[in-house]
Amino acid sequence: MPDQPIPQRTASEIRSQMMRGGPGRPGKIEKARNPRRALIRLIPYLKPYSFILIIVFAFILASTVFGLIGPYLMGQAIDKFIAAKKIAGLATIALWMLAVFVLGNLCDLASGWLMASVSQKALKGVRHDLFGHLQTLSLKFFDSNTAGELMSRLTNDIDAINQAVSQNVVSLVASVLSMAGILIAMFLMDVWLTLAALAVVPLMLWFTQFVAKYTRKGFRELQKHLGEMTSVTEEAISGQRVIKAFRRNDSVIEAFRKSNQDVYKAAVYANTYALLMMPLTNQLGNLFVITIAGLGGYLALKGLVTIGTIAAFISYGRAFVNPLRQLSNIYNAIQGALAGAERVFEVIDTKPEIDDAPEAAPLDKVQGHVTFDHVKFSYSPDKPIVKDMTLEAKPGQIVALVGPTGAGKTTLVNLLTRFYEIDAGQISIDGTDIRQIKKDDLRHRLGLVLQDTFLFSASVMDNIRYGRLEATDEEVIEAARMADADHFIRKLPQGYQTMLSERASNLSQGQRQMLSIARAILADPSILILDEATSSVDTRTEVRIQNALLRLMKGRTSFVIAHRLSTIRDADELLVIKDGEIVEKGTHQQLLDQHGFYHHLYLSQFKGEQI
Amino acid sequence: MKQVSKLFRFLKPYWKKAVLSLVLLTAVVGMDLAIPRLVQRVIDQGINGKNMQVVLSTFFLMLGISVLDTVFAIGNNNYSVQVGEGVGRDMREAIFLKIQSFSFGNLDRLKTGQLMVRLSNDSGVVQRLYQITLRIGTRAPLLMIGSIILMFNTAPQLSLIMLPLLLITSTIIALFSIKMGPMFLTMQQKLDRLNTVLQENIAGVRVVKSFVRARYEGGRFEQANEDFTERNIRVAQLMSILGPILTFALNIGIVIVIWSGGLQSIRLGNLSTGQIVAFVNYLQTTIVPLMNLVNLANIWAAAIASAGRVNEVLDAIPEVQDAPDAITLPADSRPRVVFENVGFHYNGSTDGSVLHGINLTAEPGQRVAILGATGSGKSTLINLIPRFYDATEGRILFDGLDIRQVRQDSLLAHIGIVPQETVLFSGTVRDNIRYGRPDATDEEVVAAAKAAQAHEFILDLPDGYDTHVEERGTNLSGGQKQRIAIARAMLTNPSILILDDSTSSVDVETETKIQSALDKLMKGRTSFVVAQRISTVLKADKIVVIDKGQIAAEGTHRELLRSSPIYQEIFASQLGNGINGE
Repeated sequence: MPDQPIPQRTASEIRSQMMRGGPGRPGKIEKARNPRRALIRLIPYLKPYSFILIIVFAFILASTVFGLIGPYLMGQAIDKFIAAKKIAGLATIALWMLAVFVLGNLCDLASGWLMASVSQKALKGVRHDLFGHLQTLSLKFFDSNTAGELMSRLTNDIDAINQAVSQNVVSLVASVLSMAGILIAMFLMDVWLTLAALAVVPLMLWFTQFVAKYTRKGFRELQKHLGEMTSVTEEAISGQRVIKAFRRNDSVIEAFRKSNQDVYKAAVYANTYALLMMPLTNQLGNLFVITIAGLGGYLALKGLVTIGTIAAFISYGRAFVNPLRQLSNIYNAIQGALAGAERVFEVIDTKPEIDDAPEAAPLDKVQGHVTFDHVKFSYSPDKPIVKDMTLEAKPGQIVALVGPTGAGKTTLVNLLTRFYEIDAGQISIDGTDIRQIKKDDLRHRLGLVLQDTFLFSASVMDNIRYGRLEATDEEVIEAARMADADHFIRKLPQGYQTMLSERASNLSQGQRQMLSIARAILADPSILILDEATSSVDTRTEVRIQNALLRLMKGRTSFVIAHRLSTIRDADELLVIKDGEIVEKGTHQQLLDQHGFYHHLYLSQFKGEQI
Repeated sequence: MKQVSKLFRFLKPYWKKAVLSLVLLTAVVGMDLAIPRLVQRVIDQGINGKNMQVVLSTFFLMLGISVLDTVFAIGNNNYSVQVGEGVGRDMREAIFLKIQSFSFGNLDRLKTGQLMVRLSNDSGVVQRLYQITLRIGTRAPLLMIGSIILMFNTAPQLSLIMLPLLLITSTIIALFSIKMGPMFLTMQQKLDRLNTVLQENIAGVRVVKSFVRARYEGGRFEQANEDFTERNIRVAQLMSILGPILTFALNIGIVIVIWSGGLQSIRLGNLSTGQIVAFVNYLQTTIVPLMNLVNLANIWAAAIASAGRVNEVLDAIPEVQDAPDAITLPADSRPRVVFENVGFHYNGSTDGSVLHGINLTAEPGQRVAILGATGSGKSTLINLIPRFYDATEGRILFDGLDIRQVRQDSLLAHIGIVPQETVLFSGTVRDNIRYGRPDATDEEVVAAAKAAQAHEFILDLPDGYDTHVEERGTNLSGGQKQRIAIARAMLTNPSILILDDSTSSVDVETETKIQSALDKLMKGRTSFVVAQRISTVLKADKIVVIDKGQIAAEGTHRELLRSSPIYQEIFASQLGNGINGE
């Protein structure tokens, strides 16, 4: 792990996307482990808006009451005026109905409008905290969580919370309130008719349970098959060139067909149940109306209820059944949101990288005298990576680190930058323990050029300026010139204003590396670290970059890691590292004369070149 | 629209089920609409007519209808799911097959991630459109039309008053649908921006931390977060007013019915109480489906975008295809490979050609090394041999035969490839070595592994040859993966070998092992080697130096060292000043 620190991104990213939007609609149903806790954690984000929330609640309450009065008035109008053939007062009651309806609508409008902005602002707060916290986390966190997983937390999970807060919570409150109100109103109007109508409720509940059980089972199965299909497709597409070269298309297609068919079967099963909910609840709604009409008719003939009551009941009935059938959806959405919230808070609760010591001193100009004193480090306790390392770099010296893959070279860089904390020993700069230096100051003095050149999707100018934000355009161009990058930048379509696409695919590897060197030059660090900075370019380009690097290293303490020995021959001191220990040190010539491990490495690299 | 209708062909195998599903849906809607009418009968003829018989018979009739209705609704559900999922499956398969037929040129333009999204997400969105259209999408307009007809039927005089109201409501919905589309789009763009900042901060965490840019990045994120939130609020608020507007229209309608209907009923006596109740009922069934139509508009908008991306894949023409009269290359030949004035430029690229005027001959068994800077065109050159790309000028001959006249299958059977980036597949180490020749015996696999210097480390793996290779081979080192790839090529025993020498950072010792494995592999085969290292070049029979898409020099090491300035420069760059090559 330590020598390959950039996590693989695409696979899991795509997977998470696929899970979201694939054939498996309407998505999986998941639960938070501790829903209550997640809920409590969400409350502070809503707190600044508590006043608005109270107003929203009042509006919902008012709208519910108005919603109950409307059908009642309608029943009255039918019974007292229309059926009784009384014109006087019909206009008045109609106007009353109008007023009640309009007020109800206005309350609805206001609550929806207010809630839309409250939930978005609250979510903005969650995103803000999450991002802010993410920045304080140690590299260990980023190395052990793939980018895809993290992205999914920051986008999908927050989206789930958003959905729940903005829509479902309001619906839930409104539904429960209006159902309670309708129930009361119905009981007040007619007990027997109400009881008969309520017979539909247990049926609905039983039915919801039944569907949910099979739906859950179906989606679990579907999720599994979707995962398999994703693996098959991803491998087939990313490996297409090799598949073609070895003429294996047929067997790949065969494998895909099989998993595609599995997905089809699982999706038909899962969706048949999941989508059954809608039409069947609709039927139950009909049943509700039928019951009321039948029983109501019977009772009316016995003189026990009026037509107006029946009409009002039918209206209430629709208003009662609609939220009832939404309840299970709302419940699932809220569960999903809480599960999402739980994962989001998991990130926020992750301990940040070790804080600066309280007495940490700021660091101004440094000489660049770096010492490692009996440093020990391991990523996991059973596998020591750095064993008792002691080394010294004098100001202005170039120190090269050489050794096989996995020997711990990059780890030393991670320790010096305090991306990771050492287990024992001490690292100091100009005699000060780096743990006593403010982390920001320390990193300001260190310049890093890595093999994986990360550039941002911004202009070339902005990318170089990343090294020192307040640099003028002239300073940026000067840095580019020193990095030998100016001439190719000028040839780009818009010169320094050319926008770099994601991962800068419109530049060659060598060009990207030159930009990252320019960036480091602009930052003007006192200590320079080059970790395989030129490994992915061809040797002729390397020579050019090397010259740029030599200019950069002038007057700075530099650590250079390279596997091409030709690039580090001129270092003041070479440290040969093997299994976390320094096995040899000296200048190139001294080490060759020792006829040790370095000599062996050197010979094997140049074998055949000395004819 | 056109993009979606182009994909209608996927519906064809399921047309019977689709039609059946629609017929069932129509029946369901019809029965749903009959209920208010029957309720009216209960009121007018039953209650007002004081006839218990009518009340009871109508009640049981409604129950019967309801049971039938349920059966039909389940039928519609099942058929629509089967059609939707079937179409989804077929579309995924079509996309997959298309991708499998792609040549490198096609693959250069569409990245793996993009293709994956098209195969899963985009096909899913289109499929959802079909499924929803067969369900609520059709149900809503049917219900609306049906209830409007029934409203006229119930009380024409009231319906005429309702018409302007329905017209206004429909206009509002239409305006909403039109306005929402672009708003969703900008919201999506803001979200993309937010995600980009996020992604960069995760993937580039080392850069952000080492330049101490947390505050700066925080500011960038805050800006994106603010923009997105602001947009989102506007969309959400617009969405939030739709429901109240529709219910408002509904309520106005109810008031009108009660008032004017009541007046008519009392004054003229031409309207019964039951009719008024039924009318209110129909009004409710008319307006509620309108809300669903707004959602449908969003699904359509998404489907149009997705269908466009799906079609882009399905309509792509594989750049390399067998000629109709292509012949099969004899299996046991050891062809002489000749490049005749070959040129190449990427399809549609305007910035000039990648290669031009390449003339090159490789005799059977010869080793040709190709040298040049990054981006000089050397990888392209070797990709022309197996027809991963077709030369755009000149021709490549195998024993005098233009390779475009040969079936690519039989051509590839002659060629072994060790790509620059090692790709291993999930399965065991043994499966991976056997990849090029699934019928190879275990002994042959071991022999190939031994020759590739891989046998020893494979035995050290937890399960030896049966060790499972994890996704992207993360449980193997770069050097190990490369040696497995060499063994894989070795096992197919090709007469022509193509090696794209990797620049990956393996340590020197591993590199030596790989080198000796490659030497064994190349023995006796015509080999084209894209070389980085002088050591590889030294043993070549012929060295070709490519510069800016042309052959800058050609010859043996000694010749080139004497005559070619570029070669001298490359040579010097590798050896520095310390050692003199000669």
